Amino acid sequence: MENDKSNEELRVGVFVCHCGTNIGGFVDVPSVAEYAKTLPGVVFAMDNLYTCAEDGLAAIKNAIKEHKLNRVVVASCTPRTHAPLFQATVEEAGLNKYLFTFVNIREHCSWVHMKEKEKATEKARDLVRMGVARVKLLSPQEEPRIPVEKSALVIGGGVAGMTAAHSLAKMGFPVHLVEKEKELGGFVRNLNNLYVTTKDATETIMPLIEKVKSHPNIKVYLNSKVSNVHGFIGNFDVKIKPNDKDEEVEHKVGSIIVATGAIEYTKEALYGYNVYKNVVTLTEFEIMCKNKTLPKVKNVAFIQCAGSRGQDVSYCSRICCNVAIKNAINIVDNYDNLLGIAEQTGKAVEEVPVEPKAPTEVLERRRRRSSRGRGREDEEVAEEVKRGPGERIEVTIFNRDIMSYGIAHELYFNKAREKRVRFVRYKPDRRPEVIMDGDKLMIKYFHETLAVEREMPVDLVILSTPLIAQPDAEDISRLLKVPCGQDGFFLEAHVKLRPVDFATDGVFVCGTARGPADITESIEQAEAAASRAATPLAAGYVQAEAIMAHVDQEICSGCGTCIDVCPYGAITKNEEGLAEVVAAACKGCGCCGASCPENAISMTNYTDEQLMAEALAALKEAI
Amino acid sequence: MAEDFEPKIVGFLCNWCSYAGADLCGVSRYQYPTNIRVVRVMCSTRISPHMVLRILREGADGVILGGCHIGDCHYISGNYYTERRFEMMEKMIELAGLEPERIRLEWVSASEGERFSKVVSDFVSQIKKLGPSPVRNKPEVAKKLEGAENASKSFRMKALVSKEYNLLTKENVYEEMLDPERLRNLIEQAANDEYERSLILTLTQDKSLSVKDLSKIIDVPTDRVLEHIVALRQKNLIAMEHPDGFTPTYHAIIIGGE
Repeated sequence: MENDKSNEELRVGVFVCHCGTNIGGFVDVPSVAEYAKTLPGVVFAMDNLYTCAEDGLAAIKNAIKEHKLNRVVVASCTPRTHAPLFQATVEEAGLNKYLFTFVNIREHCSWVHMKEKEKATEKARDLVRMGVARVKLLSPQEEPRIPVEKSALVIGGGVAGMTAAHSLAKMGFPVHLVEKEKELGGFVRNLNNLYVTTKDATETIMPLIEKVKSHPNIKVYLNSKVSNVHGFIGNFDVKIKPNDKDEEVEHKVGSIIVATGAIEYTKEALYGYNVYKNVVTLTEFEIMCKNKTLPKVKNVAFIQCAGSRGQDVSYCSRICCNVAIKNAINIVDNYDNLLGIAEQTGKAVEEVPVEPKAPTEVLERRRRRSSRGRGREDEEVAEEVKRGPGERIEVTIFNRDIMSYGIAHELYFNKAREKRVRFVRYKPDRRPEVIMDGDKLMIKYFHETLAVEREMPVDLVILSTPLIAQPDAEDISRLLKVPCGQDGFFLEAHVKLRPVDFATDGVFVCGTARGPADITESIEQAEAAASRAATPLAAGYVQAEAIMAHVDQEICSGCGTCIDVCPYGAITKNEEGLAEVVAAACKGCGCCGASCPENAISMTNYTDEQLMAEALAALKEAI
Repeated sequence: MAEDFEPKIVGFLCNWCSYAGADLCGVSRYQYPTNIRVVRVMCSTRISPHMVLRILREGADGVILGGCHIGDCHYISGNYYTERRFEMMEKMIELAGLEPERIRLEWVSASEGERFSKVVSDFVSQIKKLGPSPVRNKPEVAKKLEGAENASKSFRMKALVSKEYNLLTKENVYEEMLDPERLRNLIEQAANDEYERSLILTLTQDKSLSVKDLSKIIDVPTDRVLEHIVALRQKNLIAMEHPDGFTPTYHAIIIGGE
């Protein structure tokens, strides 16, 4: 085991790396190693060609044994990449890994001072001196291992939440699934069909709802909200409160998944919304289709990016191009089935299935089409014959540019064009206008290709407004101490590398709660979040880094300032009213340490004394 | 200014953004002057004002703090507190008679390698323009910095500066928002008071001084010095003497001292 050497005489070893010529070419490395030998406490110093290579690591281990080193300084590259390697090495030699200090003389010295060897060497000497000053004040640390409650909380019973809950339940973990509405299903319950299928949306998710309801590991709380969350990874205390009752249910869980979804943006008078009849949003249109309450119309217009991409919100809502294309095709192919009167008259038209064509077929068709000019498709003509030319519904999609990303969707876009859906572009500085001319709804727009103002009569205007964050996202953000971004959506830990993690350990996010996404993407994220949430549950414990706050209870006056400033809720008051750090929740940022009015809080491995010794050693020769 | 003046600059960089930005700067080989010596901290919020004041008192020509951009803090909200603390540092440095331009706060992201080199180059030339720290040949500036350091370590200043961000952004227990102007004035007043009182204690540690002496050194009116002395005597931090039997002089009571 590791020996506690804190009371022994200090014996520092310094290893200065050439890193081939990366450092050696611009810094006089041997002279830096020689200089290190003169520093008080240093009993051994050497330079290596590559300290991180097998022989360099062996040299460290040998020196620790041979010279009875109890502190190690490596001066080479950046701790951000190589610290774990050297820490493991000193540990192998029986030294606690917290008795090691890294000095960066490559990224912060040789590579940025390539034309002034003398000054760079002087700086490297200073940096080594600072590292030695620091290492002498370090003490060994144990990393705490904290047991984990093997269950999870999922907030939100939409597709993402249900998928995540079911996934965790299948792994054998009890899940509490909280939904604020009276039914499971979320946003999808509003939708008619899900592109790229023509199947009824509710029907599509019904099996999932049934699986969730019937799974013995899942407890569903409908019409309920999470009212309180305390604790940290592995050990959250959560309270669930039904909307219509006061009594709360309490549970202990190890992980939390946020899958609270999004809502559709609407704004009074946006393109005549709520001013003129027959101006609706995409989702309202879907509900009309679903309930078969569409009015009889001849001209339909979609307006894309209504309220998004700089108009009211900054971002692209991502899914609306594909949804509009889906609905445009639905209208052209299947209008009679969506009509309110259809059911009453009993007149139903045979459904025309819309399926994405394989690329080869499309290419083949394009070839055929170009060979006979811009002629219409046989299929299309046949359809028109069936319906009668007068009954064709004209669909126009006003757009800034169509983003039908993905493999199937581009084909879908082509399909819409083949079906003679008109795509009319507009620029953000010249948006189309929805006006009322007498009792006739009109769209006034600027035709870019012809460079003329035009007007067209419309019977129904469908606005593709963006998905926006849930109005109660802020509440959940406060409850869980996880951030929301500028647009109100939940903000993941890293935009590229950690898409479903929050910066707070043990809390995860998926689905439209973190931004617009379609159902496929929501499910992908939900499965990812479930897997991330299961990691600590499966391990049964979490290991915390030994960089954390420590309260000296002799000095603490219980003022509570640290509790206010801690971003992780990692400080609580004990029975005596004094501050106490919850080791597993503390991340070691040091905000409480710098805030404590009594100067009672120190940061393990980053104490005031250690930092000041390092900083002041930059200014003068160490004592 | 001497052309060969090479300033000593200490930098505190946060592990997640600005230190990583400095790493990227190295990887990309953007060159900058050799004057900066970097101390890595987990978050810029770790740095207390008294640490920076101490480093300046010990002769650093400049101190630079680096953090993540606002909104990007690895620890969610750390840099908001850094911002508040930095304002306090500037205030204290100014009170102590040093140029506030000797300290700088910069947000540098992990992807802003080139920007890091520009920030350092710019700060070095700024410090070169200011010249060597006056601490080196003016002991009274060091004394004043010591007063500022102690003031920023006081319960009142630490509590106010730490609570400032939350007071400005969150409702209090009565669901009211504080008037930012009022809070600012309150903190400003507290900073002046604490600085002057700490300086009185610092100055009277080695020798007894009269109200007039103190008024001259600190450069505040005598009635204000007297007010502070009354406050300090109430807290039993300062004692009165009559060495010449006429003019009272004061010396600091060193708690737990000899």
